[in-house]
Amino acid sequence: MNSRYEVVIGLEVHVQLTTKTKIFCGCSTEFGQPTNSQTCPVCLGLPGALPVLNRQVVEDAIKAGLATNCQIAPHSIFARKNYFYPDLPKGYQISQFELPICEHGWMDIETEGLGKKRVGITRIHMEEDAGKLLHNDGNSSAVDLNRACTPLLEVVSEPDMRSSDEAISYLKQLHQIVVYLGICDGNLEEGSFRCDANVSIRPWGQKELGTRSELKNLNSFRFIKQAIEYEVERQIDVVDEGGQVVQETRLFDPDAGVSRSMRSKEEAHDYRYFPDPDLLPLDVSEDWIKRVRDSLPELPQVKILRYQNSMGLPTYAAEVLAAERPLAEYFEALVNHYDKPKLCSNWVMGEVLGALKDNQMEVVDCPVSPELLAGILLRIDDNTISGKIAKMVFEEIWRSGKTADQVIEEKGLKQVTDIGAIEAIVDEVIAANPSPVAEYQAGKEKLMSFFVGQVMKASKGKANPGMANQLLKKKLSA
Amino acid sequence: MTFHDLTIQEIHQKLRSGELTSVKLTQDCLERIKATDGRLNAFITVCEDEALTAAAVADQQLAAGHEKLLTGIPVAVKDIFNTLDVRTTCASKILDNYVSPYDATTVTKLREQGAVIVGKLNMDEFAMGSSGENSAAGVVHNPWDTERVPGGSSSGSAAAVAAGQVVATLGTDTGGSVRQPASHCGVVGFKPTYGRVSRYGVVAFASSLDQVGPIAGNVEDCALMLGVIAGYDPADSTSVDCPVPDYLKNLKTGVAGKKIGLPKEYFIAGLDPDIKKAVDAAIATYRKLGAEIIEVSLPHTDYSVACYYLIAMAEASSNLARYDGVRFGMRQDTGEGLIGMYQQTRTAGFGDEVKRRIMLGTYALSSGYYDAYYLKAQKVRTLIREDFRTVFEQVDLLLTPVAPTPAFKIGKMVDDPLQMYLSDIFTIPTNLAGTCAMSLPCGFSGEGLPIGLQLIGKPFAEAEILQAAYAFEQATDWSDRAPGL
Repeated sequence: MNSRYEVVIGLEVHVQLTTKTKIFCGCSTEFGQPTNSQTCPVCLGLPGALPVLNRQVVEDAIKAGLATNCQIAPHSIFARKNYFYPDLPKGYQISQFELPICEHGWMDIETEGLGKKRVGITRIHMEEDAGKLLHNDGNSSAVDLNRACTPLLEVVSEPDMRSSDEAISYLKQLHQIVVYLGICDGNLEEGSFRCDANVSIRPWGQKELGTRSELKNLNSFRFIKQAIEYEVERQIDVVDEGGQVVQETRLFDPDAGVSRSMRSKEEAHDYRYFPDPDLLPLDVSEDWIKRVRDSLPELPQVKILRYQNSMGLPTYAAEVLAAERPLAEYFEALVNHYDKPKLCSNWVMGEVLGALKDNQMEVVDCPVSPELLAGILLRIDDNTISGKIAKMVFEEIWRSGKTADQVIEEKGLKQVTDIGAIEAIVDEVIAANPSPVAEYQAGKEKLMSFFVGQVMKASKGKANPGMANQLLKKKLSA
Repeated sequence: MTFHDLTIQEIHQKLRSGELTSVKLTQDCLERIKATDGRLNAFITVCEDEALTAAAVADQQLAAGHEKLLTGIPVAVKDIFNTLDVRTTCASKILDNYVSPYDATTVTKLREQGAVIVGKLNMDEFAMGSSGENSAAGVVHNPWDTERVPGGSSSGSAAAVAAGQVVATLGTDTGGSVRQPASHCGVVGFKPTYGRVSRYGVVAFASSLDQVGPIAGNVEDCALMLGVIAGYDPADSTSVDCPVPDYLKNLKTGVAGKKIGLPKEYFIAGLDPDIKKAVDAAIATYRKLGAEIIEVSLPHTDYSVACYYLIAMAEASSNLARYDGVRFGMRQDTGEGLIGMYQQTRTAGFGDEVKRRIMLGTYALSSGYYDAYYLKAQKVRTLIREDFRTVFEQVDLLLTPVAPTPAFKIGKMVDDPLQMYLSDIFTIPTNLAGTCAMSLPCGFSGEGLPIGLQLIGKPFAEAEILQAAYAFEQATDWSDRAPGL
C-alpha cells in the first residue's frame, strides 16, 4: 500500500453468455467454427434485416442481477451505440444505455486482512458482441462475423476497490458466480470473461476521484493484477514529477508488462446513443423475476457457510468443495448416499481430486460416481475393508466401473477378522524379527507401527489392523 | 388489352374463364413498360424472364383451380424491398449491384399469394425525398404531365400504377411516401398502422416511422393488397400480433352515421385553391353519404414537420451506417487506410439529400445536442400522438388534403430542401402518431393534375378507412380517369 496515495479501481466485465443462439438472431454461438459459417442477414447487418431479442439472454441477465443483489428493472431499453469499425456490421452495437436491466447491486468480497468488503455494482446490461478481425498480412485484413451478435452482459462496478488484490478478489468472485449460474463458461483466454479496469489515484483523505485511465486487453487474472499495478506506479510517477494524469484508454501489453496509450479523451468516440427503434422496450414481470429467483442454484458463498456450519467442515475444505459447481454437486450427492460429510470431504479432496488431476479429467467425467464412492465408504464403515484397501478398491472402480462389493468379492479383499488367522501371522512376524522384538521389549514402543505394518504386509493388507494391533501388544508384552 | 378499368377480382374472373392468361397479361404489362417507361423512368429493374416464368406457373395454378388472392396478377415493388436474386438498389449508387440473399416478408407474402413480380420501382434514394428527383437511377416523371414530379419517395410505385404498367405495387411510407405520390398520380395509396405490416427485409430509412403500404388503381384492389401483406411477423419485433380482418368483406358498409373530423390546422390559409375546392367537394359528398362532419383540432400540428425531420434523420444517420464498403455494395478505396475507405465510399455512394440527412441526424444525436433536438422531438411526438388519441374520442375518421399543392414541376424545389420538406406537412403527423391513413383521388386541378384526399383512421382501424374510401369512390368518378400517355 502506498503511503501517500489511495488507489481507486472500478471494473467493467464483459461476460459472454452460453446461450445456444445469438442475442438477436437464431445463429449458433458455437466457438471455433469455420469463419462466417454462423451468420445470417441479421448478424451480418444486411439491409432490411431486423433484430429479435433472445429471451434466454434476458433470463441470464436476471440471474446475474439477482445473484449480485441488483434491482431488476421492470422496464428497460435497448439503445444503439454508434461507431464505425469493420468488425461491427451495422455501424452500431445494440446495447443498453439509459435504462439497463439490472442496477444497484453489490457483492461482498474477501480482502486480505480487512475481512469482507462490500463492492457496489452500478449496473448490468445486455449487448451484442462484434465480430473478429483477422489480419492476413501487412496489407489486408478479413473479418469473421461468427462472433457478431453473440450475447454479452456488461457488469459495471462502482469505483470501490482500493488495490489490485481487491480487484482480483472481486473478479474471481464474479467469475465464480457467472460460471455457477451456468450462464458463462468462464474461459478467459477465449474471451468469455473480459475485463477493463478504470484506475486512478488520489491523496489519502481526498474525496474527489482522480483522473482515471481505462485499461483494456486484460485476459487473465495475472495480467489484470500486473496491469493495475503498472498503472498505479505510472500514475504516481506522473504526479510525483509534477505532471497530471490524463483521461485516456490504455492497452496492456502482457509480453512487455507495460501499457500504452490507445486514445485520449479528446479522441474518444461520441457514441450517439439513442433507443433502438427496432426493438420494443423490454418489460420484465414480477412473476418472471420470481420464477428466475426460484430457479437459482445455491451460490458459492452460501454453500461455504453451510458446509462449515451444518456439515462441520473446516473453512479450507468448504472453500475447495464449493469453488466449482460440478465438484460441489459431486460432494453433495456423495453426502446424500453416505451421511458423514467429513469423511466424504476427505475422500473427495484426496482421492477424487487427486485421480482427476492425474488423469487430467473434469469432475463431471469422473468414472467413480458418488454412488460408487459411497459404496466404498460403507464398506470401510462396516469393517469389510480397511482404509488402505479402500484406496485400492477406488482405483479398481476407476478402471472398471464395478461396484465396491463386486471388486471386494472378485479380488478377495475382504478384511481378515478371523482371530486365529491373524494370530498365526502375528506369530510369524514376531519369529521373523527377533531384534526389533528385543528393542520393543526394551521400551521402544514406537516400533508397534512397524509390527502392524509387517502383519498387514504379510496379510496383503487384509488383516484387520485393530485386531493385529491388539494381538501384537498382547504377545509382545507376554 | 387494358386492365385499367378492372379490379383484381374482375381480372381473376377473366383468368378463370380462360378469356385471359397471366402470361398474356404479363406480356401486356411488359410491353406497356417498354412503351412508356422511357418517358416515366418508373422502373429501376424489369425482370422480364422471372415475371414470365412466374406467370406461366400462375397459369398452371389457375388451370388446376389453385387460385390465390393474387395468382397471375402483375405487380411490382419499390426498389427498397429485398428480393432474392434480383438486385435491390434503393436508388443509390452505394447499393448499385447489391443482390439480397433473402426476400422481404412482404415480398414472400406476395409470392405466396401467386403474384407475378414484374420488377423493382424507382424511388428517392433510400426513400429520402418527396419528388422522385433524388434517385441515382434518374428522375421519375408524372404520367399526367411528364414535366412534373410524381411525388415521392414511392415515386415509381405510384407512377407505374397510374400509367397502367402493372396492376398494383408496394411502396413504403415514412412521412407520406405512399400517400403523397399516390395523390400526385391520381391513384389509391394506403399507409397502414405502424406494426400492421412487417418491415423485415425492407431497407430501413427511419425505423420508428417506416411502414409498407400498397398502391393500386382503386379502393378494392388496395384493400385486397393490404390484406395480403398485413399481419404479425415474428421477424419484426415492432410488428403487432393483432388479427387482420377481411378488408374486402365489409367494404360496402358505407359511412352513414360516421363522424368525420376536419382538423382545422390542416385547412390553413394559403392552401392551393384547386385543392381546397376539391377537398370541400369531397366533404360535401360525405355529408350526402350520411356522414356527420365535425371540425376538430390537432393542436400540435405545427411542430410535426420539425419533429419528424429530427427523428427521421437521427434514425437514418444510424440506419445508414452499415453502408461502409466493408461487406457489400460499393467500395471506393485508393489505399488511404480504413477511414479513407469509409470516406471515399460514402462520399461517392450517397446522393446529396442522403448526405444532408445523415449529417443533420448525426448532429441531432451528438452529445450536448441530444436533449435539445432528439429528446425534445420525442417529447413533441408524444404530444402529437396524444392529439390523435384525443381527437379519435370524438370522431371515427379525419379528412384532410394529402399535399398542399398538386404535383410541381421537375426541378422547381431541388434547391430548396426546406420547401420540399413542407410538401409532407399533412402526411407526416400520421406517421408520428403511428396510425393509419389513405390517399384517394378527389379531383383535378385547373391544369388537369390529380388531387388526393386523405382519410386518417384510428390505430388498426384500416377497415374503417377503406369503407369510407370505397363509398366515396362509388359516389364519384375521379378514379375512372387515366392519364393520356
